[in-house]
Amino acid sequence: MASEAGEGSTAGMDDYETLISTTDVELLKKAWRNEKAAPEILRFETSLIQRIRGQIQLMEENIEEFAGSGIDPLTVSLYQMDLDRTQYLFRSYLRIRLQKIEKYMFHISKNPEVQSRLSEQEKGFARRCADDMERHLEESVLSKLPDNYQDIVKQSIISEESDMIPEPQLDSFVVCKSRRFLGPFQLDGSDELLEMKPDELCIIHYKSIRERVQEGDIDLV
Amino acid sequence: MAGQSDPQLSLFSAEEVEFIAEDEMVEIVPNLRMDALNFVCGDFGPFFPQLATQVPLWLAVALKKRGKCTIRPPQWMTVEKLTQVLEAERDSQRVFEQLPFHYVEISRLLFDHARDDIPDVYMVRSLIEDIRDVRFHKVETNLESLNERAFALKINNLSAMEVNIVRPFVGRALQAFYKHDSPDLIPDQDRVSDRRPQVANNATRRHLRR
Repeated sequence: MASEAGEGSTAGMDDYETLISTTDVELLKKAWRNEKAAPEILRFETSLIQRIRGQIQLMEENIEEFAGSGIDPLTVSLYQMDLDRTQYLFRSYLRIRLQKIEKYMFHISKNPEVQSRLSEQEKGFARRCADDMERHLEESVLSKLPDNYQDIVKQSIISEESDMIPEPQLDSFVVCKSRRFLGPFQLDGSDELLEMKPDELCIIHYKSIRERVQEGDIDLV
Repeated sequence: MAGQSDPQLSLFSAEEVEFIAEDEMVEIVPNLRMDALNFVCGDFGPFFPQLATQVPLWLAVALKKRGKCTIRPPQWMTVEKLTQVLEAERDSQRVFEQLPFHYVEISRLLFDHARDDIPDVYMVRSLIEDIRDVRFHKVETNLESLNERAFALKINNLSAMEVNIVRPFVGRALQAFYKHDSPDLIPDQDRVSDRRPQVANNATRRHLRR
């Protein structure tokens, strides 16, 4: 978003151009904003995170060298600021995902499609979370309830579905912006068609634009 | 702590919105010679005395704080332009004027750190505050007229800070309309008493605002 201040994004703007002119940090910022605004957990950007991690490590080493080799402290402090900003985005991105995993841990453990959106470490974290929580609830509460109500995911034995699991609210409203002209598409739950021009702010059901957010056509604000 | 802003108040804290705004580019005039800076977020410089160059706002503020540059206020931040915008805002009830998405944050940062680089700074400041007030009042009045189940709401030219402040309310309000105004909840239409006004086709109405 930062470098788009001067560009007039035309509908025909080459996607390749935007691809090569977007830095990793901008991609990370976009992923961070989307993750913050979305009610559910989004797909983990494995390659982006790997690249950023590498760049952060490289920069940390560089700064140590600079500080030792007598480059003027102003430059060092500016590099440090840039590193701090990148690290903040990086950490915040990971933390938001962890928060969502903690919130929806049972939903994730029962749902392989959502699990496929997590990184390997996150999957391990989710599993351990769910196991710990299950054990804790059983020991402290469930074992003391009457027999029919002891299940962790169902309210009682006669429930047909697992109705004790908190699920992400996919029909919450989010503010979003499209990058380019989006032809009419159907809104969830109605027959209305909506079209979006670039840089127009829309407040809309998350469900209606879910796939487009994953594909990167729509950014959440 | 990174990522810990309270989701009850609003999705992004004010500091986080400022953080995003700090990546906007501004023009500076450095007064020192410095080699190019190869940051993670991009390459800037090299810097020569008296040669204007574009850098992100956070870098500009950092350099300014250390007395290494002056910042050129952006094109839209002049008394003439802002007076135009203010009058246009006052004239129309529903339309928001075209302003940079982060105008609040950019102007705040520049007032705090680069006051001496802005001509007529007091005038500019009071104009921007007036613009903010008028726009926010407009947002409030327009939102008051939300009275039906809308699937999508389009608002043009709202700025980042305004979006952030309004987001929790609008989200919950639209959510409540969606839940309570759902046609599934309305029982058999024929048996409904005469008190109910004609609200037959709620679900297909779409609310568009210019």
